[in-house]
Amino acid sequence: MDALLHQVLAGLATGGIYASLALALVMIYQATHLVNFAQGELAMFTTYIAWSLINAGMPYWPAFFLTVAFAFVLGVIIERVIIRPVEQAPVLAVVVVFIALLLILNSVTGWIYTYTIKTFPSPFPAQPVFGKYLSSHEFGAIAVTLVVLALLYAFFRFTPLGLAMRAAAQNPESSRLVGIRVGWMLALGWGLAAAVGAVAGMMVAPIVYLDPNMMGGVLLYAFAAALVGGIDNPGGAVIGGFLVGVLENVLGAFVIGNELKLSVALVIIIGVLLVKPSGFFGRVQVTRV
Amino acid sequence: MILQLSGVHAAYGATRVLHGMDFAMEEKSITALLGANGAGKTTTLRAICGMVRTEGEIRFAGQPIQNRRTEDIARLGIAHVPDGRGTFLHLTTEENLRLGAYARKDRGAVARDLDRVYAYFPRLKERSQQQAGTLSGGEQQMLAVSRALMLAPKLMLLDEPSFGLAPLVVRELFSILRAINAEERVSMLLVEQNAAMALDLADRACVIETGRMVLAGSAQELKRDDAVRRSYLGY
Repeated sequence: MDALLHQVLAGLATGGIYASLALALVMIYQATHLVNFAQGELAMFTTYIAWSLINAGMPYWPAFFLTVAFAFVLGVIIERVIIRPVEQAPVLAVVVVFIALLLILNSVTGWIYTYTIKTFPSPFPAQPVFGKYLSSHEFGAIAVTLVVLALLYAFFRFTPLGLAMRAAAQNPESSRLVGIRVGWMLALGWGLAAAVGAVAGMMVAPIVYLDPNMMGGVLLYAFAAALVGGIDNPGGAVIGGFLVGVLENVLGAFVIGNELKLSVALVIIIGVLLVKPSGFFGRVQVTRV
Repeated sequence: MILQLSGVHAAYGATRVLHGMDFAMEEKSITALLGANGAGKTTTLRAICGMVRTEGEIRFAGQPIQNRRTEDIARLGIAHVPDGRGTFLHLTTEENLRLGAYARKDRGAVARDLDRVYAYFPRLKERSQQQAGTLSGGEQQMLAVSRALMLAPKLMLLDEPSFGLAPLVVRELFSILRAINAEERVSMLLVEQNAAMALDLADRACVIETGRMVLAGSAQELKRDDAVRRSYLGY
């Protein structure tokens, strides 16, 4: 029982990270109806920026916030410079751009920082909280995730800019008619998604260690989480993230062993697509023909 | 003149719709645009809003606005109630209305205008927290008009506000439009299939055929015009 509780709590910690990245995927999906395959590499690249800042002697939290700001700006620039020109292009062309972005970010990071695995510091003390169940980093990661999710919720729910971003994603034409600069709303969405990804990257790096391929697995889990929740539902993606984290951990520990953990994500992805393609909280797409 | 179009051409790809449209409307007036399906009524409104590429000149309160971005034209004070109502289906009624005022900076006046809009359309107040997609067609049309009003516009473009509504609802909506025109001093350009109702509401009217204006005059004159009567009023 103890062991199960431990696995569930640890699963919530990684689940929070999946939830953040899944939320980033959903934010881009709602605006563009495409999955940004480069979301994970973007998070990985910005985590390396944080590593550089900390290695240069900056204290953890200033480096953390500077990295989040950097990720936001990077996201905005990528949307304006790279995505904007292919906005009207066929779906596959955009997907190719996303994959190119993934490969470029991965190789550039490897080129700058080498592929050697690095340790990434945790801002939280080393001694565990709640006795033996949860390391303080895991506890801290859950807290940080919840704060980020709460901030995002408040932003989208209660600010005029958040409302305008939701409107622009839903109905660009009507949004223009009320004076919303739809192009900038998309760029802001990319910025926010990249910033959320950066937080996820910095929270997961102390667990999986820092290397250019660290987000490959995480992105798969996040994708599974987004699908479970319904790819167009931010709240669902968050619940999906925690669910996938717990499931992965418990199954890995007691059923299939650690080596096969990643297949859990793949099984979930295929299972959801087969059984309930709109996810458990998503809207069923109905098209009039 | 609040709005002036001279020699406006517009096309969707290779399909040319407007062929040198000349048209003007006076400030504070309600002007109706009449014409058969495909004559270019909706395209004229879309051209004014920069939703279709145009050649020629479009002036709003003396200022050229042709080929400016739609969002910038909206910010000048032109509110478009689009064909199909343009509802933000997954947002609440009140969020839809707040979006209408997005471009405005005068927060206090926005709160006052929200109350005023609810006074015109009490039904929307009852449904203020409801998802807009669950509103009936008539309610969504009221919402579209209200969203346009929230911009505090100088000019409203109304694209077939009666479309798909029961006659009783149309009558109610048109009487409110008349009240809005009188009380808010906002000019209205009205595109309507229902020519009889449009001519009752409007001060002036224009008839367009295949992308050109062919007839203009006061609504009273056009009502008595034989050709208009036969083609658009059907008696």
